Amino acid sequence: MSRFRDTLVRGEFVVTGEVAPPHGTDYSAMRESVRKLAPLCHALNVTDNQGATLHLSSLAASKVVLDSGGGCEPIFQQTCRDRNRLALQSDLLAAWTLGLENVLVVTGDDPRGGDHPKCKGVFDLDSTQLIEVTASLNAGIDMNGSKLDGGTGFYIGGALFPEAEPWEIQMERALGKIEAGAEFFQTQAITDIDKFARTVEALRPTGVKIIAGVLLLKSPRVVRFINENLAGLMIPDHIADRIARAEKPLEEAIALATEQVRELAQIADGIHIMPLGADDAVGRILEGAGIPTPNA
Amino acid sequence: MIITKPRDWNRIRANLAEVGARSVFIMGCGQCATTSKTGGEPEVLAAKATLEADGFAVAGWAVGEVACHLGGTRLDMRKHAGLLEAADAVLVLSCGAGVQTVAESIAKPVFPGLESVFLGNVIRHGVFEERCQMCGDCVLDKTAGICPVTTCPKGLLNGPCGGMWDGKCEVLTDRECTHVKIHRRLAEQGRTRSGALAPKDYSAKLKPGSVNLRETKGSGGGPR
Repeated sequence: MSRFRDTLVRGEFVVTGEVAPPHGTDYSAMRESVRKLAPLCHALNVTDNQGATLHLSSLAASKVVLDSGGGCEPIFQQTCRDRNRLALQSDLLAAWTLGLENVLVVTGDDPRGGDHPKCKGVFDLDSTQLIEVTASLNAGIDMNGSKLDGGTGFYIGGALFPEAEPWEIQMERALGKIEAGAEFFQTQAITDIDKFARTVEALRPTGVKIIAGVLLLKSPRVVRFINENLAGLMIPDHIADRIARAEKPLEEAIALATEQVRELAQIADGIHIMPLGADDAVGRILEGAGIPTPNA
Repeated sequence: MIITKPRDWNRIRANLAEVGARSVFIMGCGQCATTSKTGGEPEVLAAKATLEADGFAVAGWAVGEVACHLGGTRLDMRKHAGLLEAADAVLVLSCGAGVQTVAESIAKPVFPGLESVFLGNVIRHGVFEERCQMCGDCVLDKTAGICPVTTCPKGLLNGPCGGMWDGKCEVLTDRECTHVKIHRRLAEQGRTRSGALAPKDYSAKLKPGSVNLRETKGSGGGPR
């Protein structure tokens, strides 16, 4: 059974990180990220053609993370963009068979923003529907209502966007995902603690676990890139200015992330750190915020 | 109506060259392509000028009443039989349905002069928007009369996606997110969404679609 789930269910604070499969077959760089992050995290998200750009499949890369040992589990990501309902179910069955126990279901960025802009976005299912399908596979039933020869037992997660307005619609959407079977949420990077707090407050009665996203804003260039190119996230001026004015932006970003983690740890069930390649910073952030490292 | 746009001229020229056509008959359409301003008389005459400037002869031209109507188009072809006889190929300024009808009506090479792009709502004269995909499994009853299949660029039934920001769409960033719009209109009517919409039944849209209202009782006529 997923130890990541057990830890959250026990009420312990979790740390998740993120690794990107390679654009190709050489996963040595990803393995290096795993080597650095695994001792610090309960689980590592393995992204699925993130930004609608071609990468090694999350299924294979999640297996690499699983096999790397050290007690850190992969969170297998599945986007609705690239596969129809047959392929999604087939990959989920494959993932379970390979020993992957945690899944994060997301819609996926629009293909027109990626490196294959002429491709056909599939979106046969949306993320709420895929969460429901995954829950059904857990019950041993496929989407067609047929009994499976062996089902799955995934810990099912969804994405949550506490800062995107209108907030009421975000909450309605989150409740829909919970009703469909989501047991934990990972959020987009949090920049406004009050908005995050009211989201946690609103969803608390459902018992869903909420892991708060923290993004390492390594440089003014990264901030600009996010604000100009990334959907679903805006870095507010007071944070952007702080990074822009800093003599050493990376050091300032680490300080900022440490403050955020310290504050979020009071409210959230865990944090999800996105270091954008600066993996060495993660240990410093956790240490600075007083978060124990699970697998060190 | 079916919205069309002009096809890349180089592709048309290459098609004509491939069959060694020197003389061309141009056929327009009096319905959608006329309203779309792509296949009415002015556009047919513009195509004639372009062809002639490129060294082709234009054997004749016509704007049929409805290019996709098989009976009517056959009549048009008969009416212009003499001019068509002199042509090596026919260029059709209509949607793909019209091109196929013309191709069925005459034994000469027939080429598309337009690209068919969508089923359009006429917002006002010359302004068209895609609002329906003809998916055969309508959800408008649940979505306040706003189709997410068509107007959400990802076609999500249960949105918004994670790219929505300040109520705006991730892809068409100057537009309100369809799911926000649906939510707002439902609220204005005192309605709420009751649970998530189920995955679509894509089998409802079997290709090719066919309806035969003339079939006799019990013979399985009707849409499919």
